[in-house]
Amino acid sequence: MTAVRVAGVGLTHFGRHPDRTGRDLFAEAALAAREDAGVPREDIEALHYGNFMGALAERQAHQGPLVAEAAGLSCPATRYEQACASAGVAARQGIKDIRNGENDVVLVGGMERMTNLETAGVTESLAIAADELYEVRAGITFPGAYALMARAYLSQFGGSREDLAHIASKNHHNAVNNEYAQYQREVTVDEALDSPPVAEPLHLFDACPITDGASALVLVSDEYAEEHDLDAPVAITGSGQGGDKMALQDREHLAQTPAATKAADEAYADAGRTSDDVDVAEVHDCFTIAEVLALESLGFYEPGEAIGAARRGETTRDGDRPVNLSGGLKAKGHPVGATGGSQLVEMTRLLRGDHPNSDVVADAEVGLTHNAGGTVASAVVHLLEVVN
Amino acid sequence: MVDTGYDEWIEAIGAGEGYYLDCPEDHGSLPPRRTCPHCGALELAERPLPESGTVETFSVVHVASPSFADDTPYATGVVDFGPVRLTGVIRGIEFDDLEVGTSVGVGVEESETTGEPVVVFRPR
Repeated sequence: MTAVRVAGVGLTHFGRHPDRTGRDLFAEAALAAREDAGVPREDIEALHYGNFMGALAERQAHQGPLVAEAAGLSCPATRYEQACASAGVAARQGIKDIRNGENDVVLVGGMERMTNLETAGVTESLAIAADELYEVRAGITFPGAYALMARAYLSQFGGSREDLAHIASKNHHNAVNNEYAQYQREVTVDEALDSPPVAEPLHLFDACPITDGASALVLVSDEYAEEHDLDAPVAITGSGQGGDKMALQDREHLAQTPAATKAADEAYADAGRTSDDVDVAEVHDCFTIAEVLALESLGFYEPGEAIGAARRGETTRDGDRPVNLSGGLKAKGHPVGATGGSQLVEMTRLLRGDHPNSDVVADAEVGLTHNAGGTVASAVVHLLEVVN
Repeated sequence: MVDTGYDEWIEAIGAGEGYYLDCPEDHGSLPPRRTCPHCGALELAERPLPESGTVETFSVVHVASPSFADDTPYATGVVDFGPVRLTGVIRGIEFDDLEVGTSVGVGVEESETTGEPVVVFRPR
């Protein structure tokens, strides 16, 4: 099978850029990825681009061709909307393109502009990732939906708000030296515990922030990399996607995310790997409880066991399998439509040695990214490996 | 906006005549629905919603969307009625007394913010 190499990666700073247009944000990330890859503009054959709420936030739909133009590309460009997994599915489509022989060079990534809206507007916009009839009209917000999962988890398996606070503290610690992160500052467990409630049992510091930003990667076929003598030591070797019922009330489980398990199983089989092979992971921690659910769905822990992983030091930077060395969505920020791409960017940098936290995982060979949509009605998992 | 299927359903809940959809394999679901989401059966029949359910999970929401801004703080929950679960606002109980397993009935009341109908659970 045609291997898929990551030839180049680019990010904007994740944070508040309310005065910058989405097209400008994506252009910055795309140009950085192109420069990192050293691939001629005219060789890029397709753009797969993730965006969630642009039609609300910027009154701009049909963003594919718009951002392609901004990035200096003249190729077919398609926007993918899968809520918070938009860039994950966009990247997956680009990977499929290369694997099926349709293209040798593609640009993938995503963008979200959020801070130009008031908090109420963002809350309303994010809520449309839930079931409009049966969840939004019933007063469910996005934090509220994850709060329902958190309560269900704590009720079924045990664990405490303090366990969750350790996840927040860990991820903030990891973001301190990540120049792209929204919050390069420490948060103590007590600070997290004492932050105001948003949707109990979740408090402010259990939640990711509202973020603007963009991510981009140039993906190439193995043949193209060899032919052009590219320095591209990281390959995407596994890709998987899973789905579940849209509304929480229709799910078999309220405290498990089987869509992520399906995505992971597919990605592991694709790469010929198991969860034991994964050295380092970037998982979708839009809320602290989401990291717990992810670690269990990915096979790193049995159901009910991951709640204490950060507190026990197993997923911290000096643990056996560090999770969210970028700072995660929690501290790095969560520009919804860009996030899945940013996880691939961060993992590529971690594995090839040019991430500020690469020294934490100097011997790592296999990395995993997990990108979830909504309350994990959809999930995309990728495996990345150092291939030379 | 008219939402055929849903509007009739919420009116029925409000009239105390709530129902769910049942397929030949006894999978429960809610309208609008043309096929069973569990087995794909096309023969769906309306059955009366059980009179009470139990709170399976809940949250007290402090930061709401604009359409619930004046309702805060309010409790939301997912309630298990057996064949189906419903999501709604929980009223008529102190937040501190609310717990997983609380028995509730279902009705339709108004959002304090917009006056729109909302599925509401009250202890019974």
